[in-house]
Amino acid sequence: MTGNIIQLDKNGNLKHFLSTEGLSQSLLLSILDHAESFASVGERHVKKVPLLRGKTIANLFFEPSTRTRTTFELAAKRLSADILNLNISTSATSKGETLSDTLHTLEAMHCDMFVVRHANSGAAHYIATQVAPHISVINAGDGSHAHPTQAMLDMFTIRRHKQDFSKLKVAIVGDILHSRVARSEIHALNTLGVLETRIVAPHTLIPAGVEDLGVHVYHDMDKGLEDVDVVMMLRLQKERMRGALLPSEQEYFQRYGLTSERLAKARSDAIVMHPGPINRGVEIDSSVADGEHSVILQQVSHGIAVRMAVMAMTMGRHSDDIGKSK
Amino acid sequence: MSDTINIDQLLNELSEATQTYCKANAYDNPLMIGIKSGGAWVAKRLHESLKLKEPLGKLNIAFYRDDFSTLGLHPEVSPSNLPAAVDNRHIILVDDVLYTGRTIRAAMNEIFDYGRPASITLVVMIDRCGRELPIQADIIGKTITLKEGEHVKLLGPEPLTLSFSGTGN
Repeated sequence: MTGNIIQLDKNGNLKHFLSTEGLSQSLLLSILDHAESFASVGERHVKKVPLLRGKTIANLFFEPSTRTRTTFELAAKRLSADILNLNISTSATSKGETLSDTLHTLEAMHCDMFVVRHANSGAAHYIATQVAPHISVINAGDGSHAHPTQAMLDMFTIRRHKQDFSKLKVAIVGDILHSRVARSEIHALNTLGVLETRIVAPHTLIPAGVEDLGVHVYHDMDKGLEDVDVVMMLRLQKERMRGALLPSEQEYFQRYGLTSERLAKARSDAIVMHPGPINRGVEIDSSVADGEHSVILQQVSHGIAVRMAVMAMTMGRHSDDIGKSK
Repeated sequence: MSDTINIDQLLNELSEATQTYCKANAYDNPLMIGIKSGGAWVAKRLHESLKLKEPLGKLNIAFYRDDFSTLGLHPEVSPSNLPAAVDNRHIILVDDVLYTGRTIRAAMNEIFDYGRPASITLVVMIDRCGRELPIQADIIGKTITLKEGEHVKLLGPEPLTLSFSGTGN
């Protein structure tokens, strides 16, 4: 739905980052390469570079978030941008202002970028079509559609541990139905050319037609984890559950919770990931979440570097004229 | 013009001049930093011939360039890597070609984000003139004059060759 037409400028460079779907392998790899370079900034004495000095970035969060919002904020600050945090759910829109009036108000404040989190699928895409041409939009999660920066920080984490995507078997486990993370991850894994992507979940938490995305579906977790290199756990999204999709959390944990015994089915050097926040004892056992295979906290640090890369790539205008630069 | 420049000879002269300069200024243990990519190749040669104890530092100035808003993010992605703290150290900063001076400004800004060096000495293989900032090299391999629109670029890392392009106007 977001395709690559709106995401790229006429030279094929990233203008908005709304979805991993439709972007080329070379572009995704370029995000990972730039992120690798930005990661080194976090290890320095002065954890800041002047790249986006003078730019203003607005974090528009129509839905609550802590880690995504704060890592976007930290990423913007490390790039020397000024950042506004707007918690829209408690501000103007509750006084009756329309979305487009909110956007125009922020444009009048000379914002250069909107980072958007919204409960409705397609919200970031809609905003990207409405804003002035100089503004870039980054999707920080829209409904159950996409969460592309989370997917890319996961790809970054996988590459740091496993290097070559082409040999990897990856299992995504849990609430696929409500997961924008899973959807963005599947597109990214396909584009980066992993050997196999599996999804492991009960029938009720798998969206119709998911096989069309080229994944293998497992309902038995022990089989689904056999010989995988990467286990990506998803949070059980209780707030999005409408109707009786699950008998109980205890029963879910018994069948789909990641325990040390289950993890033993995967390769001995498998890594365990989770986008957070973790429901301990619901989708993952504490001994695994805190265990030697877990890279969950690294994912958070990598999120800053990946978000710096995406912000820098979308904000820089590109030109064929290289001119005098030495 | 490339026929008249012998790179190995130029590097030997540059290395001798750097050694003499360090001795004259009593820099016993300078920290050498090359600017990626060309400057780092030149610095590697100088670092070997000067037999410096510490590993060579490499600087990727992509995040400090002043043309980001018109050109976007520079494709050079390998991160900067300084092997030691720069505080109170004598730095030998090496680049291949000195032109407008903007790269050197960016490099100095980046170095200061790592700490406060005692001094920075600038060594360049080629000074092609055309400065836009008040920045001069302390040690220059060869000075040449090119017209606007003409370019010189160091190709490498093995072998190092100079490539001239553009017709000038």
